[in-house]
Amino acid sequence: MSNKVLMKGNEALAEAAILAGCRHFFGYPITPQTELAAYMAKKMPKIGGVYLQAESEVAAINMVLGASSAGVRVMTSSSSPGISLKSEGISYLIGSDLPALIINVQRGGPGLGGIQPGQADYYQATRGIGHGDARLLVFAPSTVQEMVDLVFKAFELGDKYRMPAMILADGMLGQMMEPVELPDAAAATSERKTWATDGHGGKRKKNITNSLYLDPYLLEKTIHERRLRYDELNAGYQMAEEFYTDDADIIVTAYGASARVSRSAVVMAREIGIKAGLLRPISLWPFPASVIQRLSASAKVFLTVEMSMGQMVDDVRLAVNGVKPVDFFGRTGGVIPTPAEILTAIKNLA
Amino acid sequence: MAIVFQKPKALTDDIFHYCPGCTHGIIHRLVAEVIDELDIEGSTVGVAPVGCAVLAYNYFACDMVEAAHGRAPAVATGLKRAKPENIVFAYQGDGDLAAIGMAETIHAATRGENITVIFVNNAIYGMTGGQMAPTSLPGQITQTTPYGRDVAYSGNPIRVMELISQLDGVALAQRVSVDSVKNVRAAKKAIKRAFENQVKGKGYSIIEVLSACPTNWGLEPNEALRWLRDNMMPYYPLGVYKDTYPEDSN
Repeated sequence: MSNKVLMKGNEALAEAAILAGCRHFFGYPITPQTELAAYMAKKMPKIGGVYLQAESEVAAINMVLGASSAGVRVMTSSSSPGISLKSEGISYLIGSDLPALIINVQRGGPGLGGIQPGQADYYQATRGIGHGDARLLVFAPSTVQEMVDLVFKAFELGDKYRMPAMILADGMLGQMMEPVELPDAAAATSERKTWATDGHGGKRKKNITNSLYLDPYLLEKTIHERRLRYDELNAGYQMAEEFYTDDADIIVTAYGASARVSRSAVVMAREIGIKAGLLRPISLWPFPASVIQRLSASAKVFLTVEMSMGQMVDDVRLAVNGVKPVDFFGRTGGVIPTPAEILTAIKNLA
Repeated sequence: MAIVFQKPKALTDDIFHYCPGCTHGIIHRLVAEVIDELDIEGSTVGVAPVGCAVLAYNYFACDMVEAAHGRAPAVATGLKRAKPENIVFAYQGDGDLAAIGMAETIHAATRGENITVIFVNNAIYGMTGGQMAPTSLPGQITQTTPYGRDVAYSGNPIRVMELISQLDGVALAQRVSVDSVKNVRAAKKAIKRAFENQVKGKGYSIIEVLSACPTNWGLEPNEALRWLRDNMMPYYPLGVYKDTYPEDSN
């Protein structure tokens, strides 16, 4: 039976993971994901789960790798500088074909940056999450409800395609309270993973979790096999929300927190007779390029809004492929753009 | 005809890649014999390091995980916390355990993580061709200390047993060697206790094994064993450094 409650984003991510069958959390303290780990520390011991505070983000992600290899649903959460430290382990998860949920409640960067909300880790999540030919499922919620839904989706697709998945949130969504409808606890998580290193018990051949291939031809073959899964995800799981896009001349593209502000700006633009619309990517990898390609036939111009100096705008440009102009407006360093600022940017294109 | 000696069941038929005179083979065999004797292969998961033993996942017959450099104790922690009923061991070299993975090592130990760690100390980075290790001796010539390890410049070697035995979570910390028949037998006994401790839920056990690297020491195998005795043993004395449950030793 579903259950409607008022929850903070960070806590909703945690509760959703528990409902999705996750009983193992390994983390290291960092702002602004704090409430998520605190929620897990409180709840896990009461439901037979594991909350373990590691000695570093590096250790935490490798504990995640061990638990995932043992076949359980497992997660970690962090924020920008901590994700940099985890990126080694994420590359090993990818190279070992292991699922895991990684939450990034983004803040401003680079370096220590700040602790206010940011969206400057888009490149890292979609391009540079560890060395090698590596891809990560990346989902960008823009409401607390969507945080819950995407946690379920991330575990489901991660298990199906044997790869880690990231929820790319930010400090604003993490701290925000909204009503959410919590789904029923997932039933599918008791499925045994045949590849898990959970002890062969004399009943099967031994399993090995490994990312090392000394033979380059074998390594290439392994990467190509992974690539086929990536292609399947690209074909079937591009997720986006459209708002007033049908007749829009100006398409604003934004995800997460900046999409919330952009939505207000689009409504304001409509009120003064400007035909603006919003295209909100929900999956950042795979990127919803097909929707943008479709819209690039009807729209006159695109405006990408981000809380960064401009990162997702590259993917919008690749999808638009020069057919229409693509402009950019962003605030960065922890500054959240206002609807008025975005409206001004829209007006400049009208 | 009676079979009086055979390969342990917990080793696969894969051919070891180790150099002639390297003692990793002996240590692998001892671990495998212990797994056989305790009849735990089906519930055992091993974690291989980055270093000369990187391919250990091919040699042990139990389930195996290949970890990133130095992260074996964290990976072992995840494996054990996910399935506490399984027996989890990490097999690591000196660079892996005492340099890049020291934080993971110390914290797994201090948590009293119920795992077994086999620490192979040969005072050098073998796989990458003989660079200075955290356990390279003062004055030791390596590829990256071509004039001998100058401790005033490159720092001092780390005595891991002396360090880790200070931590409350450690059930057993013992240094052994595989340079002689007598010491191989003693090493086997120590490794067995380190696994038995885990079976009994007694917490973190680590066995440091002094090991020879003839290739990178530039010595014949028998000379290497002599070098180990003459140079490593005085700096790294054999013995039990911590034993929280001495009543279990026999």
